[in-house]
Amino acid sequence: MSDMLVPLLEARQISRSFGPVEVLKGIDLSLRSGEVHAIIGENGAGKSTFMKILSGHLSPTSGSLAMGGAEVTFRGPVDAESRGIVLVHQEILLAPDLTVAQNIFLGREVRNGLTLDDRFMSAKAHEAVLGLGADIDPNTVVNRLSIAQRQLVQIARALAVPHSVVIFDEPTASLTTTETDALLKVIAGIRDKGAAVLYISHRLPEVKTIADRVTVLRDGRRVGTYDASELDAGDMARLMVGRDVNKLYPDRAQTAEQDIVLDVKNASVPGYVRDASFALRRAEILGFGGLVGAGRTELMEGVLGLRSASASVTLHGRPVHFRSVKDSMAAGIVYLSEDRKGKGLLLGQNLTINLTLAGLNRFVRGFLIDKSHEKQALDQAFTDFDIRTGNREMNAGQLSGGNQQKLLLAKMMLLQPDIVVIDEPTRGIDIGTKEQIYRFIAELAHSGKSVIVISSEMPELIGICDRIIVMRNGEIAGEVAGERMNEDDIVMLATGANQLTQLSA
Amino acid sequence: MGARHCLSHLGGRNDCGQNMSTNTTAAPRRAFANIDLRAVAPFFALAVLFLLGALVNTNFLGIDNLLNVLTRSAFIAIIAIGATFVISAGGLDLSVGSMAAFVAGTMILFMNTGTVTGDYALLGVAMLIALGIGGLCGLANGLMTTLGRIEPFIVTLGTMGIFRALTIYLAEGGSIPMKSQALRAAYRPVYFGSVAGVPIPVIVILVVAAIGAFILYRTRFGRHVMAVGSNEDVARYSGVSVNRVRTMTYVIQGICVAIAVLVYVPRLGAATPTTGLLWELQAITAVVIGGTALRGGVGRIWGTVCGALILELVGNIMVLSDLVSEYLIGAVQGAIIIIAMLIQRSLARR
Repeated sequence: MSDMLVPLLEARQISRSFGPVEVLKGIDLSLRSGEVHAIIGENGAGKSTFMKILSGHLSPTSGSLAMGGAEVTFRGPVDAESRGIVLVHQEILLAPDLTVAQNIFLGREVRNGLTLDDRFMSAKAHEAVLGLGADIDPNTVVNRLSIAQRQLVQIARALAVPHSVVIFDEPTASLTTTETDALLKVIAGIRDKGAAVLYISHRLPEVKTIADRVTVLRDGRRVGTYDASELDAGDMARLMVGRDVNKLYPDRAQTAEQDIVLDVKNASVPGYVRDASFALRRAEILGFGGLVGAGRTELMEGVLGLRSASASVTLHGRPVHFRSVKDSMAAGIVYLSEDRKGKGLLLGQNLTINLTLAGLNRFVRGFLIDKSHEKQALDQAFTDFDIRTGNREMNAGQLSGGNQQKLLLAKMMLLQPDIVVIDEPTRGIDIGTKEQIYRFIAELAHSGKSVIVISSEMPELIGICDRIIVMRNGEIAGEVAGERMNEDDIVMLATGANQLTQLSA
Repeated sequence: MGARHCLSHLGGRNDCGQNMSTNTTAAPRRAFANIDLRAVAPFFALAVLFLLGALVNTNFLGIDNLLNVLTRSAFIAIIAIGATFVISAGGLDLSVGSMAAFVAGTMILFMNTGTVTGDYALLGVAMLIALGIGGLCGLANGLMTTLGRIEPFIVTLGTMGIFRALTIYLAEGGSIPMKSQALRAAYRPVYFGSVAGVPIPVIVILVVAAIGAFILYRTRFGRHVMAVGSNEDVARYSGVSVNRVRTMTYVIQGICVAIAVLVYVPRLGAATPTTGLLWELQAITAVVIGGTALRGGVGRIWGTVCGALILELVGNIMVLSDLVSEYLIGAVQGAIIIIAMLIQRSLARR
């Protein structure tokens, strides 16, 4: 099979600058038919820029692309697509009010004379989703689908055109473990049909599972390309970060003290949570595990006044009732949303406005906002939280995911809280920043503050928490600590698997 | 705060390229330049209009003509300053024109009752009542949009009809004139008078704009307005009382309408069914020309004043020149808002 040797798509010494800043420096890459080629690197390593160049969204400053050995220039994403290069975006870009079939054929509707041939399109759409191993009714309106199903529809849409190269940009970022496994099968299927798959992800175990070859980028340079069989997840992390990260989780002595700072009894959030009770101790890191949709976020939001709920809450021994998040903030509890872009930061505003928004009272003198004080606070936040950007005048939306999380942390820590609730602290964040966030959480507990961490990543919970409460279907399924803090026990609680086995036994 | 130091322990690598790669639109440097361009654009347009006016008619640059234009722009400028708050917070108020008529009508009716003795005392009380009614009208709009959770477009479309009809009802289909000639004489200088050569309406514009700019740019409330307009959820999760901020912007709008009415009433000495007709469109046009984003999150008070001035200048130039029939003023103003949006859009793209 000689065509295996001629690369389908080749990048030759690709460089790209934005203004004076060189983001990519002489990247080489060759994609072969029938391989899954993973690209890994920290946020800011240049992965996204490189993807955009390969898919025609950006043109390189220097260097060239070649397909089947012949040099090509893409005039735009449409041009690249017509040559068989399709990009599956990280965000779901579907029209929520249209059906699956309408979305898959959006912009390339099949007509039957003057009218749309809906029957044909539905049949084809159904075929396409079935081909991805999912049986979704093509006439379902997209906003009724789960995130994972939408993702599949989006993939079906991308694959509806003739393709030889499929690029996935962090497709599993918002999927659960089961959904991720299913998606990885889909990707293997695409590969087996002879296409080349370029796969970008932060999740290294996943890369290890799916990839045939791995290219590591760091600071805009290619560190190397390796056979996936040569590397384990630890090697990949080391190559990405450029130093040893065998210690992702900080060493910490159990700091949790006996006295209870926050006691929640019989919390119910209509439609999400029934009768949940838990207690948080001083200087404790308490984890909340469970499947996506188990009601963890809703429980916290309900307790803290972000959504309507009933609960009897005791804070430092005194009964409290938080009517709005303003009350809970005033009482010394902050909540960092899992949805950084939608609920955490004002993407269209500058870093200062974002930093001081929640703690603005501290910057008001008389009626005036003290802007020089705000500027000092921003400088302080940059140092304390190691926020890395060349330009402090940029908008929050232009920061990388890791820097956004650090900015959100800085913003909430300005309130000097006693209790910090962090929802999915490291979602979409590269491994180097993860380590920093973990250390930060550990230091919070060390300094006597109590932390609640909600996470869907079990290793993360096990790595940093003193105790983990597991939720299932809106109820607290159980609690693990010490020896029982392992993935098996948590999964059993999260899925109710032990009940099933008991029943069947 | 022991926790504050921890993140800085780790590597001091400074990788300024990292933000670029995840940036989906333009490079940050350019986006920064855009903001400046868009803020400057309305003033540039104003300068171009001045040049055009001077070329068209030699009387244009006369101080009398210019002060006259400024004075005439007062109603729209003052209302539009209020609209800048509403729009920055992501709202919309279509009722301002009708509200102006309603406030003017009730204010004159009160003055006609003559319940307070002494012309100036009566005027003073009437003015306070006008401000109160304006504020209450705004409060009604605000509460219906926030507590009632109805689209501001619908709420203010409704109140637009209500305020207008109430005015016509109070006027019994005709107009509501100020009866007392003495009172008219006492009130007249508020529109026709001047201090040190500057007409009072112009002073009012400047004062209202200065206060508006102060509130929007320098106070906590102003910052909250921007935050709510940028992303309501983020504002709420940051502990901002979103409904209160929203409602307050409508109250400010109502008070601005009332201030405009205070300047308007002495001009004609009456409220008529056509008082304030289409002012809402002119006010929104002024705000948009001034560079405030209709989707919220960006507010430019001085840009708004500039926008109101542009609208008035266009009318003035059309009257002074024979290029286009002055009956087409509305069409030209309509075209201006569309062109302004196109320019904003193209500045954002580059």
